[in-house]
Amino acid sequence: MTRSVNDNNRKLNNRRNFGTILMGSPYLVWMAVFIIVPLFMILYYGLIDRDGHFTFANIMAIASPVHSKALWLAILLAIIATAICLLLAYPLAFILSRTTLKRSGFVILLFILPMWMNFLLRTLAWQALLEKTGVINNILAFLRLPPLNIINTPAAIVFGMVYNFLPFMILPIYNSLLKIDVNVVNAARDLGAGNIKILQKIIFPLSIPGIISGITMVFVPALTTFVISKILGGSKILLIGNVIEEEFTHAGNWHLGSGLSIVLMLFIVINMIASSIFDKNREGSML
Amino acid sequence: MDFFKTKPLINLENISKSFGNQLIIDELDLKIHENEFITLLGPSGCGKTTILRIIGGFETPDKGRVIFDNTDITHLPPNKRQLNTVFQKYALFSHMNIGDNIAFGLKIKNKSKDYIKDKVSYALKLVNLDGFEKRMPDSLSGGQQQRIAIARAIVNEPKVLLLDEPLGALDLKLRQEMQYELIRLKNDLGITFIYVTHDQEEALTMSDTIVIMNQGYIQQIGTPEGIYNEPENAFVADFIGESNIIDAMMIEDRLVEILGTRFTCVDTGFGKKTPVDVVIRPEDVVLCDPAEGIISGAVSHLIFKGVHYEMEVTACGFEWLVHSTGMFPVGTPVGIKVDPFNIQIMNKPESEDEQAVSLEALEENS
Ligand SMILES: Nc1ncnc2c1ncn2[C@@H]1O[C@H](COP(=O)(O)OP(=O)(O)OP(=O)(O)O)[C@@H](O)[C@H]1O
Ligand SMILES: [Mg+2]
Repeated sequence: MTRSVNDNNRKLNNRRNFGTILMGSPYLVWMAVFIIVPLFMILYYGLIDRDGHFTFANIMAIASPVHSKALWLAILLAIIATAICLLLAYPLAFILSRTTLKRSGFVILLFILPMWMNFLLRTLAWQALLEKTGVINNILAFLRLPPLNIINTPAAIVFGMVYNFLPFMILPIYNSLLKIDVNVVNAARDLGAGNIKILQKIIFPLSIPGIISGITMVFVPALTTFVISKILGGSKILLIGNVIEEEFTHAGNWHLGSGLSIVLMLFIVINMIASSIFDKNREGSML
Repeated sequence: MDFFKTKPLINLENISKSFGNQLIIDELDLKIHENEFITLLGPSGCGKTTILRIIGGFETPDKGRVIFDNTDITHLPPNKRQLNTVFQKYALFSHMNIGDNIAFGLKIKNKSKDYIKDKVSYALKLVNLDGFEKRMPDSLSGGQQQRIAIARAIVNEPKVLLLDEPLGALDLKLRQEMQYELIRLKNDLGITFIYVTHDQEEALTMSDTIVIMNQGYIQQIGTPEGIYNEPENAFVADFIGESNIIDAMMIEDRLVEILGTRFTCVDTGFGKKTPVDVVIRPEDVVLCDPAEGIISGAVSHLIFKGVHYEMEVTACGFEWLVHSTGMFPVGTPVGIKVDPFNIQIMNKPESEDEQAVSLEALEENS
């Protein structure tokens, strides 16, 4: 009896799997052409030299002072930007999740609106605003205030990262907060918890998945950016993204560019694994 | 009941509550006694949850006071009240294991580790789930989650437990099991239960006192027997169990004219020639030989219901609902007898409005 039910289930599952594959096939083709193939090309270029011989030299090149400095600076700035995004986004997402539907929808729109504008354009706009003789400094001068000299500094890069990636932190946190059942909060209050305890023991733990996906969604693009650092950091501050871009475009050394990309991807993968382990730990520790 | 001799533990005084311009509760008074199992029963949307939320502190009444143990707690937040709630959909903390869920309230109160451990395992034993401390809520069945929600509330030793349709999501068999378990729990713990349901059978099985509500008004308060046997109005009669509700005329004391025929009854004090409603439970309608009946008619419907047959008998232009262990095939001419003490006389609703309301509710229910 049980077996026949199981068999039926399996048949059903098989059929469902087949259907899923059929429906998913355009996406699989898409993924193969635009994600898997480029990945393998990078691996291929990264592991050979100009003469087509196998080598680790392109990867080892990360150890050179210029490259490793660019990598560490990129990691440092990405961490700072991610932390600032988290600190700004959490309270905002919390407030948004508490307001009535109509108003919060409007505020969310305000945050998403700039995302519809071209990323490059937005960053260029900030360059014009932050310039030594730019709009902001003109206004400051008019008000007889000291000028703001952050253009072409790491601070300007972090600012650009926070500005561009903040919505990617807000949205997942907002969503995870929205998913929390009011009755769960009521139950905690019913059991004697005040606002601080509720925040600490119920709302924060339940929003961790949102925080983790927010961190990933900000940290990865911040780590790999070369546009923000180029536009707001001037030519003197090199992040690993700028180095790789240089190799692919001006220097025309695809092998070195690919080798450094592999290193960078390694860091991204480590970040992803760390976040998924952290997420699992959260669940696992409760088991 | 002896409850009414003791002082009330909770006293709702003149409570009104509206949402927007919709009046949900209108000047409601209710006394709840220590150790009582009181059930709020009524159709969906009649304001049961709202009353429970007012007692629990999640809603503030627009008017009136909530008195608990002689103290006015109308404006006290839920975390400061000595009562706990079991929510309609369990509301367990999905990120904590069962042990931590149950320990939540005790940890907030800074109890010692040993005390908490003992209490948690005691509470789990009470709900027949020993050893579940390390399991996660989503690995439990609906019935088990429900029992955890109850354990999480009772571990705090509240004076009053509020339960909002705690068995609503369970299947019939499990629901019946849990009903017995809840009664046992209440007797073991000796605390007051305020229970909300729209299932009349559940209310009759479990309660010491039933409060029947409709559209924010209390229709009747009484023991299950009292409410079943002596409904005060047509709404209550229809809501609790099935019944034949018929327009009638009280001729004089102990004599009522139903559908043009005079029946002896036991009620007095309605005056002479007063229009009334009579309620006759289907199991109290006795079918017999047409010659022996007070009135006679023919069976028009027959369904086998397991323990009894359910029949409809057309007599004097009325469809009588009859429950009987004897079977009469469709078309059989039968007589109808009713014992005088099984005829329940009720005053007609005072205003047309009230009648309209109760009729509407009747239709919704059927
Ligand atoms: N927060 C609220 N805002 C607006 N209306 C509400 C709110 N809470 C309840 N109501 C309304 O109050 C009325 C009574 O609601 P309540 O939840 O007390 O009903 P109930 O008797 O518990 O019903 P059910 O058996 O379906 O749970 C309903 O008409 C409902 O729409
Ligand atoms: Mg309700």
